[in-house]
Amino acid sequence: MTTAGALQKTTYREAVKQAIREALKRDERVFLMGEDVGRYGGCYAVTKGLLQEFGEERIRDTPLSESAFVGAGIGAAMAGMRPIVEIMTVNFSLLALDQIVNNAATIPHMSGGQFAVPLVIRMATGAGRQLAAQHSHSLEGWYAHIPGLKVVAPATLEDARGMLWSALQDPNPVLIFEHVNLYNMEGELAADAGPVPLSGAAVRRPGRDLSVITYGASLHKSLAAAERLATDGIEAEVIDLRSLRPLDDTTIMASVARTRRALIVDEGWRSGGISAEICARVAEQAFYDLDAPPARLCGAEVPIPYPKHLEDAAIPQAETIRAAALELVRPQGRTA
Amino acid sequence: MTTKPHLNRDHARHLLRQMLRIRLFEEKCAELYTQQKIRGFLHLYIGEEANAVGVVGALSADDSIVATYREHGHALARGIAMGPLMAEMYGKSNGASRGRGGSMHIFDRPTRFYGGNAIVGGGLPLAVGLGLAEKMRKGPGVAACLFGEGAVAEGEFHESLNLAALWKLPVLFVCENNLYAMGSAIERTESETDIHRKAEAYRIDSHRVDGMDVVAVEAATRKALDLIRAGAGPQFLECMTYRFRAHSMFDAQLYRDKTEVERWKDRDPIKRFGDWALASGLLHKEDIELLEKQASAEVEAAVAFAEGGAWEPVADLCRYTLMDAVPT
Repeated sequence: MTTAGALQKTTYREAVKQAIREALKRDERVFLMGEDVGRYGGCYAVTKGLLQEFGEERIRDTPLSESAFVGAGIGAAMAGMRPIVEIMTVNFSLLALDQIVNNAATIPHMSGGQFAVPLVIRMATGAGRQLAAQHSHSLEGWYAHIPGLKVVAPATLEDARGMLWSALQDPNPVLIFEHVNLYNMEGELAADAGPVPLSGAAVRRPGRDLSVITYGASLHKSLAAAERLATDGIEAEVIDLRSLRPLDDTTIMASVARTRRALIVDEGWRSGGISAEICARVAEQAFYDLDAPPARLCGAEVPIPYPKHLEDAAIPQAETIRAAALELVRPQGRTA
Repeated sequence: MTTKPHLNRDHARHLLRQMLRIRLFEEKCAELYTQQKIRGFLHLYIGEEANAVGVVGALSADDSIVATYREHGHALARGIAMGPLMAEMYGKSNGASRGRGGSMHIFDRPTRFYGGNAIVGGGLPLAVGLGLAEKMRKGPGVAACLFGEGAVAEGEFHESLNLAALWKLPVLFVCENNLYAMGSAIERTESETDIHRKAEAYRIDSHRVDGMDVVAVEAATRKALDLIRAGAGPQFLECMTYRFRAHSMFDAQLYRDKTEVERWKDRDPIKRFGDWALASGLLHKEDIELLEKQASAEVEAAVAFAEGGAWEPVADLCRYTLMDAVPT
């Protein structure tokens, strides 16, 4: 028997699952639908056992019809339910892009505020499993471009556990991106861990020499890089964005004001990605605090390749984050 | 159980009145468009009035409606006041959608009017969701989803019909087949032009209706609604109709023959029903003249309402992008 507040060993996957269970139990308007969420137990085993626990009305296996079941989620949300739509991965969300961008994001505005779309869409995202170009996208930055949407990327167990309930309370469509490589991540979580704020960046590691600004799976690579950098005599401050839309300018700029150097790490492609947006904001708001131009380490300009050595080279790694930080703090040809 | 329509004097007057209101509203919109009071896209419903009046008029207050960008007739038939509707066409803040949507995006919460959807086929999944919510709450409502035959080519049509049938959702799919998707004639875009047969392929009860006959449309709708409310699952109506005007105000109509248009005009739903009502003695000439006069006055008042409306301040530009709360 555990006392409330006592830490328990768990995984990111289990944290997401408990978040879904809690939501289903607390609010009868909540239901989950998506491909293989029921009988299969979820593509990433997140929803394993939930069909048996909650039944077919609340855990709905859908046909392979992303546009229809995302649109149905929008309609059901407009009509007063609180659906959680699971799109298996961001890669398949493109089939529902019209519903997300032309309906979910626009109906509150087009209707003059008469209808809200309190819909939560969960999607797995990211690369690193040799699934090749069509199964390895990181498009959360793309979605963060769209007014009317909220975009979050829980990278920790607390956020995996706590963002879902907050998302369900939000009257706006919220897209939750879970990186595929985080599901197996182990850690400790309070037994009574509850909702967390949907927005606001978090300083996961304070430092003085540079601000590493990142999210999702890249957070943990950045923290690993920070450990190595400490032995190099560089103290990196690592910021977990948590929310990509809205971005937390206050936390970012306060950090840059302290460290005077910014390195944005994003698994998404460099050109026109969320890293570009953050660079622009840093240049706009913290230009005179900077000792060096804002730097970025992003996905290479290539569709994600299948062989491991090429896939590894295509996305940020702890080693390349460390190298980019070294270059930023101690540029070649100059003393620190 | 929906009551069978009693085609008595009152009901006949109601049907004709509704169709006249739509016809005169649309004609006024065309006029205002040439005066640049209405901008952007304007898709007129002239010739198709029997569909909106027959379908929407048969719905109850518990039902919901998803329509397309050619939805002014459906909005009027549902009871959205003509003043706010016209103000929305202008983009004024006293418009049905506070002026934010315009002609293609009429929304009205009190009457469960879920747009006003400008992406062909984009409304069908929404209707599936409305039906799903109603079924999960064990409510009595039906989600009525109206769309043109152009939507049948979109993937959403097939996904939505399949899902609605699979989950036995209370959705009434109404295809207003006016034979042209903008400039694309149906024979050039559909390998199977019998649209109601496509619905049958999803095991949805499906019927073809004369969309120029308001009584036939209403009767078919009531039957379908009864079946849905009795738990039979989704129903499908294919209403054969025709738009007398172009797709929008920009359309030069190069793709169809003027003689075809004239042939369909001979089947004008308003003239047809009016003539029948006169011949059967249900209505008199004076009744019809009075209805025309009243509709005309209503349109003029709506224009005045729109003209008198205020423009939303630019300072409020980003309003409604995100909601603070779910409206009740």
